[in-house]
Amino acid sequence: MNGPANSSIWVGTRKGLFAVRKGASGWEVGMPSFPGEPVSQFVRDPQTGACYAALRLGHFGVKLWKSQDGSNGSGEWKQVASPAFPAKPEEGEWKDDATPWNVDMIWALAAGHGTLWAGCLPAGLFKSDDGGESWALVESLWLRPERKEWMGGGYDHAGIHSIAIDPRDANHVTIAISCGGVWQTHDGGKTWANTSKGMIADFMPPERKEDGNIQDVHCMKMCAAESEVLWAQNHFGIYRSTDAGKQWNRIGSPQPTDFGFAVAVHPRDARTAWFVPAHSDQRRIPVDGRMVITRTRDGGDSFETIGDGLPERDAYHLVYRHALDVGDDGDTLAMGSTTGGLWVSEDGGAEWTCVSRDLPPIAVVRVA
Amino acid sequence: MPHVEFAPALTRHVACAPQDVDAHTLREALARAFDAAPGMRNYVLDDQGCVRKHVAVFINSRMVTDRTHLDVPLERGDNVMVIQALTGG
Repeated sequence: MNGPANSSIWVGTRKGLFAVRKGASGWEVGMPSFPGEPVSQFVRDPQTGACYAALRLGHFGVKLWKSQDGSNGSGEWKQVASPAFPAKPEEGEWKDDATPWNVDMIWALAAGHGTLWAGCLPAGLFKSDDGGESWALVESLWLRPERKEWMGGGYDHAGIHSIAIDPRDANHVTIAISCGGVWQTHDGGKTWANTSKGMIADFMPPERKEDGNIQDVHCMKMCAAESEVLWAQNHFGIYRSTDAGKQWNRIGSPQPTDFGFAVAVHPRDARTAWFVPAHSDQRRIPVDGRMVITRTRDGGDSFETIGDGLPERDAYHLVYRHALDVGDDGDTLAMGSTTGGLWVSEDGGAEWTCVSRDLPPIAVVRVA
Repeated sequence: MPHVEFAPALTRHVACAPQDVDAHTLREALARAFDAAPGMRNYVLDDQGCVRKHVAVFINSRMVTDRTHLDVPLERGDNVMVIQALTGG
């Protein structure tokens, strides 16, 4: 979308894709693209300006649409190829794979260095080097024997929800799987290593708690300017790595809780990150009906509980893993709930404006 | 020749006119129709080439219940109708 940077927010919902823009009288929602259709992911390629919207049609499956000119928010969309698994083998190790070889949802989209990456549910990773015209399954990951131990987190099967492309190195990509831990490639996807050391899965039997292959990472983000620093909101706890994921360190509990799904990381300050706490695994609603944000500005040594303008009572909004984002100014944040609420902050999360309470359930927000 | 038609719930996504096709099985009939409208294939079939869970295929008003084995023989004049199932709304 044209306009000053950080004045637009793409909002992918259960009933369409909204291009929310800052106008003279405030944030304006406008009419959606794909009205009535579920949008699961959205990404804008920073190099080409192309926008990609992933749909998860209830009857007809996953579809991917591309707009080369996202300039006015309702630019021309054309359908491109969507990631699809090859035929499931009828012989060999995977012939009785319990995981269906059908893409149910595009759960992560990332673009960088001329390559488009799609993380899916089930947990297939796909890449496209031609702007979405064709896709290839990253078999080196899909056929890892460790995949047999991955578990669904909130879904029947494991899924790839986070993809971080190293801005300095096209061959270095880090992904996170619920539940399958953090994996990295340094050769463009030819080989992979699990890099989840330090994460602990409290829900597992004691002897498996530190198994990197079953960690339930809810969302992982990389600091754009310091790509050695990664933050993760896990099912149990918040983690940070300062060595590109070789070692993860659990962050002490902010108030009110460290349970949640989303995380946003300041694009230039690797010590600043935001989270949206819910009560607990057992109660996935705000504590005491009060919606807040937690923010750290010192790498997790301490947190502030902030959010003037957010509902203070009788509020039952949940912000899902892709529905919190920060713009490249580091000050503009957008947050969308599964209850159709959209809030924007322009001061780093201290004060929020409610843009709408009437949207469909929100899956993804991206500040542009 | 068998006749293949897609319901408006499908053709609103991908244009595909009703057509007679040179085919002897359901799989062939769908393949010929997809030749004319390649974009329709992945609206009807999943990654493994099976009829999607929330799509229903009828041959002469009888629903095809096996979504995987589509080598159902077709007779000349058989009518294949592909619709959006009411499940999955």
